[in-house]
Amino acid sequence: MSTLVDSTGQPLGQGGAVTPPDQAFFKDLNQEVSDKGFLVTSTEELFQWARTGSLWWMTFGLACCAVEMIHVNMPRYDMERFGAAPRASPRQSDVMIVAGTLCNKMAPALRKVYDQMSDPKYVISMGSCANGGGYYHYSYSVVRGCDRIVPVDIYVPGCPPTAEALLYGVMQLQRKIRRAGTLER
Amino acid sequence: MPVLHSAPKFASNEGVIDALSAALGSMLVSAREEHGEVVLTVARDQVENALRLLRDNHEYQQLMEMAGVDYPSRAERFEVVYMLLSVTKNHRLMVKVNAAENTPVPTVTTIWPNAGWLEREVFDMYGVIFAGNPDLRRILTDYGFEGHPFRKDFPLTGYQELRYSEEDKRVVYEPVKLAQDFRSFDFMSPWEGAEYVLPGDEKAEGDKA
Repeated sequence: MSTLVDSTGQPLGQGGAVTPPDQAFFKDLNQEVSDKGFLVTSTEELFQWARTGSLWWMTFGLACCAVEMIHVNMPRYDMERFGAAPRASPRQSDVMIVAGTLCNKMAPALRKVYDQMSDPKYVISMGSCANGGGYYHYSYSVVRGCDRIVPVDIYVPGCPPTAEALLYGVMQLQRKIRRAGTLER
Repeated sequence: MPVLHSAPKFASNEGVIDALSAALGSMLVSAREEHGEVVLTVARDQVENALRLLRDNHEYQQLMEMAGVDYPSRAERFEVVYMLLSVTKNHRLMVKVNAAENTPVPTVTTIWPNAGWLEREVFDMYGVIFAGNPDLRRILTDYGFEGHPFRKDFPLTGYQELRYSEEDKRVVYEPVKLAQDFRSFDFMSPWEGAEYVLPGDEKAEGDKA
């Protein structure tokens, strides 16, 4: 097996090679802490760092989309590396991922769970059914989009969206939090 | 039916109709074989006796499923279908009963406990009444739902829809208001003889004239 090389002819790292973090940055930070004993940042930046870095999500799997929501947590996509961990309790969650068809009978329960979440809270609508009823748009028993019940921040299209799409949606939400700051509801 | 397989999926239907017709006697209305399935229609007031006979004397131990059918043109518009399985004979059977909106069907919860929920489902979807079912409530549709959605005269989008009301701080029901009407598409292929002039075809006729 020949060695893989990059554009400059240098051999690429082998499988399993560890890319070290930016040592200079860490050295700077360490220097600052040991010299002054504290770090300076803005509260805005600190809050954004905390909020984007721990998007614990409320599992609201309603249909087949839930399977993709599970995939994105499994080792291949491993959403926890973005700090997004599944929580089974709305009290501990920051973001609700509505994955699947929202039926009329479920709608008051969805709203109740959303109301129980602590601020700041976000909603990702995942898949056609949650976005606008999708395949069941004209049904007598389906809510035509979960945005009729809860305010939605990010819509992820697809039927069902791939795990990558949902991951991208979570990253978009992080971007939105960084850009918009604290959302007024 | 020739057996192409060492383990046939189910036993042959041969002779089943004759044997069961003789056993059911006057309870039977009609018996036929359709699409490889034995279909027996029994009198409505005798359905419990007929099914008990099939379970106890003819080894149809299990009630797999119950279904409803709506034929609006009939005087008794509904059919209730009981799907039975014999695990010892490896054979399946369909038993049908005709019913109208105001003619209760005797419950079979006395024979199979699982019929309780199955009858609730048929009641919910079609509005067939089951006399003797101890808990005949709706099972699938929303709390306070009105109408029976599987009836042919039930509109596809129903009558009510939900939204969260910021004023009332709760989910409210409102009459259905569709942003875009339901469209019925014509899926007939033009190659299979559409019953209309295809757009542009009128030009070909014009050239000939």
